Amino acid sequence: MTLRAPSAAVEVRGLIRSFGTVRAVDGLDLRMPPSTVLALLGPNGAGKTTTVEVCEGFLRPDAGVVRVLGLDPIADSAALRPRVGVMPQGGGAYPGVRAAEMLGLVAVCAARPLDVGWLLDVLGLTSVARVPYKRLSGGQQQRLALACALVGRPEVAFLDEPTAGMDPQARRLVWDIISRLRADGVSVLFTTHLMEEAEALADQVVIIDHGRVVAQGSPAELTSDGTERQMRFAARAGLDLGTLCATLPAGCRASEPRPGGYLVEGSIDPQVVATVTAWCAQQGVFAEDLRVSRRSLEDVFLELTGRELRP
Amino acid sequence: MTSFSPGTFAPAPGRGRLSRMLLTQARTEFVLTLRNGEQVLLTLLIPLGILVGFTLLNVVPVPSPRVDNVTPRVLALAVMSTAFTGQAIALGFDRRYGVLKRLAATALPRWSLVAGRMLAVLGVVVVQLVVLGVVAIALSWHPRLVGLAPAALLILAGTAAFGALGVLLGGTLRAEVVLAVANMVWLLLVVAGGIVLSVHALPGPLSTIAAALPSGALAEGLHTALVQGSTPWSALGVLLAWAACAGLLAARTLRLS
Repeated sequence: MTLRAPSAAVEVRGLIRSFGTVRAVDGLDLRMPPSTVLALLGPNGAGKTTTVEVCEGFLRPDAGVVRVLGLDPIADSAALRPRVGVMPQGGGAYPGVRAAEMLGLVAVCAARPLDVGWLLDVLGLTSVARVPYKRLSGGQQQRLALACALVGRPEVAFLDEPTAGMDPQARRLVWDIISRLRADGVSVLFTTHLMEEAEALADQVVIIDHGRVVAQGSPAELTSDGTERQMRFAARAGLDLGTLCATLPAGCRASEPRPGGYLVEGSIDPQVVATVTAWCAQQGVFAEDLRVSRRSLEDVFLELTGRELRP
Repeated sequence: MTSFSPGTFAPAPGRGRLSRMLLTQARTEFVLTLRNGEQVLLTLLIPLGILVGFTLLNVVPVPSPRVDNVTPRVLALAVMSTAFTGQAIALGFDRRYGVLKRLAATALPRWSLVAGRMLAVLGVVVVQLVVLGVVAIALSWHPRLVGLAPAALLILAGTAAFGALGVLLGGTLRAEVVLAVANMVWLLLVVAGGIVLSVHALPGPLSTIAAALPSGALAEGLHTALVQGSTPWSALGVLLAWAACAGLLAARTLRLS
């Protein structure tokens, strides 16, 4: 037992890392409390993998402080590695190795590994246990890589795009596993492009772009933006919104972005919904497809990182 | 849908037993080499072909008894093929496939990434010695028994020298480049490096150069030990010097991916 348990599973302060003239990570801070899940979200080239590889000890930071379980990933590598599970992007195995052999090899490196046969079974790899790695499908290679990351019963898991190339069933399974890891006290840092994945799994979402954090918080915090919501409904086109706006509380705006499609924005509460439906009744129209929604994480992401394609 | 009972993934980290990690890694790489058709061609079939062909067919002038003179050279070729060419190519592609990163992320110590490979190479060399030795004996090979111990020492030193050179090449360049260079160097050394043709049969300066190459040193050294029955200290020195220099350089330049 350590005398003082580190207050964070992962702590990064002022991380800078360049490749040649390109600054991949440019003053990044993040903090992952123990037994939580952190999703690192960002467009291609945002610096996600660089950040993870620095945490894993594969890359030396140019500047800044990185601590995993209170240890330096490079200086304390030998002490840290047995406690950390790593799923590198694109997996990692000998081209000719059989799935079971590879997992067995990684398992031997741990003191109390999970049962290899069980893990293969859970991840749907039993039928390909004797198939060489290079002949596995992309999704199967990913699942084997996940198995390799978890087999040593780590305290912290770094999963770089764990569901890339997986079908929806496999993705669902990985989500289940990540939820179970968290409940069992494992801290998980994963990267993803998928908003729904970050939204479903993460306690904390960190959106990065150009190597900097552009937003962070719980999915609810990031998407709610205070009490801002949207209410949409469909009715006859061309209703006079002047009378509606007069009855709505301050801070609510009504508009008709397309004919017959109405949008009310602002602090939408049950009272506002009642006001709008009452107004519709006065106008002699029926509000159809009435829907109140929050901004999605995708809206937030696109707002912050822009809509243009990344190379 | 699978559901996991609480505590399934409860952390229980720890490092595996070092000897077990190292042996498992070495065994895995040993088995992979023997399972790979191209590797078997390189490490066993070509040396076997040369051993049998040069012994039975009078195409190249070889002093008699032919098998006694051919076998030491074939053993040198086998060591070079496995420790240098085969290992460099495997390492190049293993890096491409993220194996080194994968293993470096486990509790396996960094030095054993290379030590495990060397152990696997040594295992393959032993298999080659047994197979080639048995075939040579069947062709009535009579090595000088006093030369066996020095020969074993030379083979160890040769494996270390070629192995270090293999790690140096396979650990730094792109997989395709490694493949091309490793095969080219192999061919060059077979023809002009003192393997097939004796260092003494090579023209002028090439003969001096070849004697200082690990290929020439190993082939001539084995010839001295197994045919003349004396210990070739200079050849041993050349091999150890190559092993030390290439090893130090390889340790600095090895890249995980």
